[in-house]
This record gives sequence, C-alpha cells and structure tokens, in this order.
Amino acid sequence: MTNHTVSPRPTFAGYLATRWRDWSVTASAVVLALVVGAVVMIVADAEVAANFAYLFTAPGLALGSAWAKVSTAYSALLLGAVGSPLALAQTTAAAAPLICAGLAVGLAFRAGLFNIGAQGQAIWGSILAAYVGFAVQLPPVIHLIVAVAAGVLGGAVWGGIVGWLKAKTGAHEVIVTIMMNYVANGLLAWLLSTALFMRPGRQDPISPEVHPTAAFPVILGQLHVGFFVALAAAGAVWWLLDRSTIGFAIRAVGANPNAASTSGMSAARTTIITMTIAGALAGLAGAQSALGASATGTPVPLTVGLVGTVGFDAITVALLGRSKPLGIVMAGLLFGGLSAGGLAMQSIAQTPLTLTMLLQALIVLFVAAPQLVSTLVPILKARTSRVAVAGGQA
Amino acid sequence: MSAQTTGLQLKAITKKFGSFVANDAVDLDVRPGEIHCLLGENGAGKSTLMNVLYGLYQPDGGEITIDGSRQHFANPKQAMAAGIGMVHQHFMLVDVFTVAENMILGREPGLVVDMKAARTRVQELSARYNLPVDPDATIEALPVGIQQRVEILKALANDAKFLIFDEPTAVLTPQEIDELMIVMQKLRDEGKGIVFITHKLREVRAIADRITVLRRGKIVGSAEPGASEAELAELMVGRAVDLSVDKAPARVGEVRLRVADLSVANPIGAVVVDSISFDVAGGEILCIAGVQGNGQSELADALLGNTPVVSGSINLDGADITHAKPRETILAGVGFVPEDRQHDGFIGSFTIAENLVLNRFDRPPFAKGLSLDLAAIHANAEQLRDEFDIRTPDVTNRGSSLSGGNAQKVVLARELSRELSLLIASQPTRGVYVGAIEFLHKRIVEERDKGTAVILVSTELEEVEALADRVLVMYRGKVVGIVASDTPRDVMGLMMAGIPYAEALAVSQADDASAGKDHS
Repeated sequence: MTNHTVSPRPTFAGYLATRWRDWSVTASAVVLALVVGAVVMIVADAEVAANFAYLFTAPGLALGSAWAKVSTAYSALLLGAVGSPLALAQTTAAAAPLICAGLAVGLAFRAGLFNIGAQGQAIWGSILAAYVGFAVQLPPVIHLIVAVAAGVLGGAVWGGIVGWLKAKTGAHEVIVTIMMNYVANGLLAWLLSTALFMRPGRQDPISPEVHPTAAFPVILGQLHVGFFVALAAAGAVWWLLDRSTIGFAIRAVGANPNAASTSGMSAARTTIITMTIAGALAGLAGAQSALGASATGTPVPLTVGLVGTVGFDAITVALLGRSKPLGIVMAGLLFGGLSAGGLAMQSIAQTPLTLTMLLQALIVLFVAAPQLVSTLVPILKARTSRVAVAGGQA
Repeated sequence: MSAQTTGLQLKAITKKFGSFVANDAVDLDVRPGEIHCLLGENGAGKSTLMNVLYGLYQPDGGEITIDGSRQHFANPKQAMAAGIGMVHQHFMLVDVFTVAENMILGREPGLVVDMKAARTRVQELSARYNLPVDPDATIEALPVGIQQRVEILKALANDAKFLIFDEPTAVLTPQEIDELMIVMQKLRDEGKGIVFITHKLREVRAIADRITVLRRGKIVGSAEPGASEAELAELMVGRAVDLSVDKAPARVGEVRLRVADLSVANPIGAVVVDSISFDVAGGEILCIAGVQGNGQSELADALLGNTPVVSGSINLDGADITHAKPRETILAGVGFVPEDRQHDGFIGSFTIAENLVLNRFDRPPFAKGLSLDLAAIHANAEQLRDEFDIRTPDVTNRGSSLSGGNAQKVVLARELSRELSLLIASQPTRGVYVGAIEFLHKRIVEERDKGTAVILVSTELEEVEALADRVLVMYRGKVVGIVASDTPRDVMGLMMAGIPYAEALAVSQADDASAGKDHS
C-alpha cells in the first residue's frame, strides 16, 4: 500500500481516542454488570441477607458471608468459562453459533437494516442441515460440507425473502422478520410431526440423530471445527464489509441512502443482497447448532428448541460488538463464556443459571447507555469532553 | 436607522458554523402592527436568523432588543416568555392528539390534565382571532391549512406580540394561502408584529409592509411593497458581488443532449416540470435560471434518472436515457453535482478517499472483481486532493471533517475525474466561501472546453452571467424562454417572474425610456 507519512494527524488521534472509549465503555459495562450481579446474589440469598441484620454489631459476619458467596460464584463462573482446556472448549462451542448469528445481525445493521429474523433464519439452517445430516448418506467431509451448505442456503432464502419484500413492497424488515420467525418456528414444529423428520419408533417431535459423517469433527471436548468455521465467517464478513465492492455499497446505503442512490447504487438491490447474506450467516448458526458436538460429544437431534434463542442473543452480541466482525467475535466469546461458566456456577456455587442471563442483559444495557456508564465511571466522562474539544479544534 | 425604541430589533447578528458565515452582521427590525417580509433563497440564512431570534442558536455577535431593552434567549422558552411566537414550517404538533391536547402540550399544569379548560382556551382564542377550529378534532384528521391554524393559535396562546412565520405557504394550497394572508393581515391589525419568511415573490407583494432581502447571509437591500416581482427577483438573486470568470467564447460542437416535451411529477403527483424541450451542445454551458422551486431541481433529478419521467424523452449522444437509472446514466457519462451535497452527494461517515470514488468504486481501476483496490483508491484521492486543492491533512479523514467549500470540491473532483458527456451542476457554489467559488467556476468552464455539454442550475444571477453561454429561464415548471447570456438583468428578472422575453424586453425598454425622459 502507499506510504503514509507520519505527520501530525489530529483526527487520527481522535479516532484512536474514540476507539479507546468504545473498548473502555465495554469493559466498564462488564465490570458494572458483575457488581450489580453480586448485589443481586447477596440480596437473593436468604442466609447471606440475614447476616446483614448484624451489619453494625458483627460486620465481619455479614461482609464475610457476602464475600464468600460472591467470590465462590464468580470463581465458579470463571472456572467454568476459561478454567481448563475443557471449559474453554465448552465456551467455544457455545460461542460458535452466537458469532455466526451475531454477524447476521451486525451485517444488516451496517446496511441500516434491523434484522430481528436471525432466529427464523437459524431455524431454517438447523432444519436443512439436520435433514441432510440424518437423511442422506455421503462420504465423510463431503457430507459435512453438503449439510452445512444446505443450512446456509435455508437461512439465505429465509433472509432473502425479507430483503425482497422490503425492496419490492417497502414492507418494514422488523415486522416482516418477526413474523417470519413465527412462521419458521411453526413450520419446524409441523415438520417434526411428519414422517420425513420423525424418528422411527418415536411419537414425540424429535428427528433421528445426524450421521457422524455430517457432524463437525471434534478436536477437544466440545471444541469442534465449527468454531473455526465461525471465525472464518467473521473474517469473510470483515473482507466483505471493508474490502469488497458489495460491502462498500452496503455501508454507503446504510450511512446515506440518498447519496448512495444519487451515485448510482441501488438501495433495493443492496437490501436484497444484504438480507440474503445475513440470512446465510444465521443459517450457518443453525447448522452449528444442528451439527456441532453437545456435552455428550455428538450433535443434538433436531427438536423445536434446538437453536434456543440464538437469533435474539445475536442482537445483543451485535450490539456489544458494535456490528464489527472482530467485536462480534469477542462478544460471542464473552457470552459463550458466560453460558459455559453459568453451568459451572450452578453446579458448584448453587447460583441459578438465570444469573448469567441477568449478567448478559446488564452488560448490553450498560453498553447501550454509554451516557449512564460515563456517569457511573467518571474517568470516562473526562475523556469524552477532551475528545470533544479536540474534535472542535480540528 | 432612527433611534426607534418600540418593537423588536436585531442588531448586527452574526452566526458562524465553523468557517461558514450563515449570518453576517444582519440588522432587522419589526414594529407592532406591521408585516415585515424577509425574502431570500434557500440557504440565504433566513432560518438561521430566526433560530437565533427564537433562542435555538446562540449568536456569535450582535444583540436582540425588545422595546429598547436588551434580551438574551438561551432557549425557545425564554423567547416565548418575551413575547415571540414561531409558526414553524414543519408543524410542531402531535398528530394523534386533539387540538386541545396540542394546545396544552409543554405546559401541562400539574398531574391532572384539565381538558375542559384546554378546550375552553382553544374556543376563546379561536373566537378572539376568528380562527375557527374544532378543539376535539385530531390533528391528523385536519387539512394542512387548519393544522397551521392550530400552530398559529399555539403561538398566540403565549400572548405573543411578535410572530415569526417560517415559510408558512410552502405546504399550502393556493386557497389556503389566500386564507392565511387574511389571517396575517388580521393579526397585524390587532397590533402584532409579524416577520414573514418566504422566497415566493407574489406573496411578498400581496402582503408586505416592508421587505428586506437576505442573500448569502447578508442583508442586500430592502424594497417597497409596491416593488415589482422583477425588481424583487433581481434583488434576491443578486447584484452585489462581481464574479467574473475568464472564459473564451464557447466553441459549440454537436448537440449532445436533447430533451423533448419532458414532464416530471413530484411524489404527490403534481406536475413540476411541464413539457420542457431544449438541446445542449458539447462545449457550451446552458444555465437554468429561475427563482427556487420552479422545477429546476426536479428537472436535474430526472436527467440523472433519480425521479421518474411522466412523459417526453431524454436523449444523450443519440442514446435514449429517458427511463435510465442513475447507474446507467452515470455509465453513459453523466456527471452530477447535487443541489444538496450533504444530503445527496456526500457520505459524512465515509473517508474522503471513499467519497471520491462513490460512483466508480465497483469498476476498474478501483475494483478487481469484487475486491476493492484500496491502493488505487488512495492514490486517486491523493492526486485529486492536489489537483482540486482539497484542504485536508489526510484523505483517510472522514468526509464530515471538511468545510462546505472543500466538500463541494470533493463532489466536483469526483464528477470531473472521469470522461463525461454531460455535466449537471445544481447550485454548485451554494454555502461555499468566496475563495472556492472562483476555483469551482474555473473547473466547470474547463470541463466545457473539453467538449462536454454542461447544464448549470443556478438561482444566482451573477453566477448565471459569469458562466452561461445560453440561459434557459424556468417559471412554474415551464420554459419562459432561452436567451443569450448578455440579456439585461432587468429583462431576466422579469422573465423569472414568468413574463416572456419579447414582453419583458418591451417593458424594460419602456422603463428605460421613461427613466431617460426623467433625466432630460
């Protein structure tokens, strides 16, 4: 690339400063969420809370029991998320679908589209990936590739329909995607009641297990190849957004649709392309759920709840990752870690799993309200005003 | 100015946005019982001035006095308390609320909303000013004219002594305009001081007691209510600065653009360009002159392909581009400098380098297949920065970091850096500091001399005079005439008011003759 002279660049410093702020707001949000989580744990535990009656007579008892409670829970959380190779493997397994679906939401955000439909797109991804996985016989490697491709295609079609409807009729993507989620969910329930998907000999809605040839090969514990596929997808989205002509149009339409259309870009075409690619990414998330190893080492068969709430968690992942691929990977890993660590926290410290959901919600809440964070963490506020002054001079 | 103590006075108000001076030492005063028209093109600084008066902007210099005492408005609430009421161009009403609910909006007393009192208040005000409205009607169910009436009542509910009408007729039908005029006259007779902001000449003549004309942020003159539309048009579009451009006579080539019987409708379906026909040859600049809002913008958009054509045809270098999309017309060699560059020509969050390839990013040399060639995009930006004197420390800075003039240079650089057959430039120097204007004009003339057909849409007469080889005057969507660029200004002014060339020339010569007689 061309040589850049390292001459004084006021706005480059400003750019760094804003980046620093993004990261520190996120870090502060995590810390603040943990603090609020700790308070909730203390208040919610009757035994610990009771000790606070003696706060002034025996402060050691109250504070000690509170500290014991919080430190046990959080060290269990940490241990379960990153404490051992197996814990790390579990974190990656939980993170993989979150990253893919997070990319689906983040990419759409960049085009100015709010894709609430990652859930439905992921459901289609899981349906087709699982179907190819259990109903078709193919040689190893090829079977996996075909199954993943089927899932990606399913999501792409489901997302593409939304893009097409928006481009041709002006239907708002938020409404359409929400409705498409219900439709996908209903279709999955119905499919599971048909002979095509029902496991022979069973009456409940569960599919046969996918053939081992279609499962993501396991590397260690729950760490499977799918995680690296997710990282590759993030790399691909980065390239698409920052290095490709398609991404240029996506960003232009998202930032200023009028200028984009005056410059000859087609907002309708870009909308269809974006929603199709976003759907493909969410479909990949569904394929991860259908073909990735569970705690038992083999993929979970297709059921109504197989993908969980990945499409909605993806919105929080994209928000936390600020719709940038690297950010989404980090956010996916964080939430994957919370999910893996939450299980450990439940078994070791008897802290309910719902606490991790509370933590997730709090983190996103704090990130979404940077003003609130800078009020609570004054150092960030000082920094902001300095950046503003520098910007004013430039 | 006399030592006048009654009324509202603005003295030497200056307001800057960065390096751009939106209001330059503007004086304005309005006395009780008069209608003072503030006339000027879009972007002349009228709204900025009124926002300063209404406390929305803080001035960088100057002062506001009411009845001789100095005022300071930190926010609209203080301005309202001092007796200033604003009728906004875009109504500040909640659509799903009733008229009465809107009246108490922002001054709900206590927790319980006393709808009965609100309703009574509406009826009182309606009766007092003779502005009938149904207090229980929902805003969205009312016609626009009545919605505006509610907006006026809201301003009056504060016992406003001075009322600002910000382009109130822009959204009204002709009948509603007539009704509004009557209302304004009534309010004046009640003793209110009214500032009426507009760029429509007919309305000014119908109602003004005094007229002040604002241009490029400065007061350029005042006129008597009896002034003709032509005089007003001339004043509005300028005579102050002399912008001469060194340009050789046009070496006119073959006709490149043929427009025949072109009609264009706006989104509501009203015909705004009404069966227009003209040709532009390579190597000439055709200026489209006229007072703002007479169909010029829509004509330019239709040529680019951004607005659908209702009927007629557009032909460029022998190819039919009547229904071509912007992408196709750009490929066919149409360069387009949009009227509102922030809105249509520029992406603030993109880098300067990206903005410079906005319409070519997906073709060589800037793309190889699907991949962007960042090095080529960067090199192109560095080259254009030097060539067009774009003042920025780094082309990877965001576009939003540029001043108006530099942003316009980016737009022009982007359009001129490729082979063009037709250049359409709309208001290319609006909001641009004087130093950059000359440069932009020079580049447009250079493009002409390359054999490109150039259309320049301008509401500024001196820009038209400096650049045009021929002038097409538009009025209410129609061509009034196509005349030579040395046509006298008063004739051009008359034509902008819709009077055909021959008639305008006769009127102007008659005026000259009578003036001559007076002198002798």
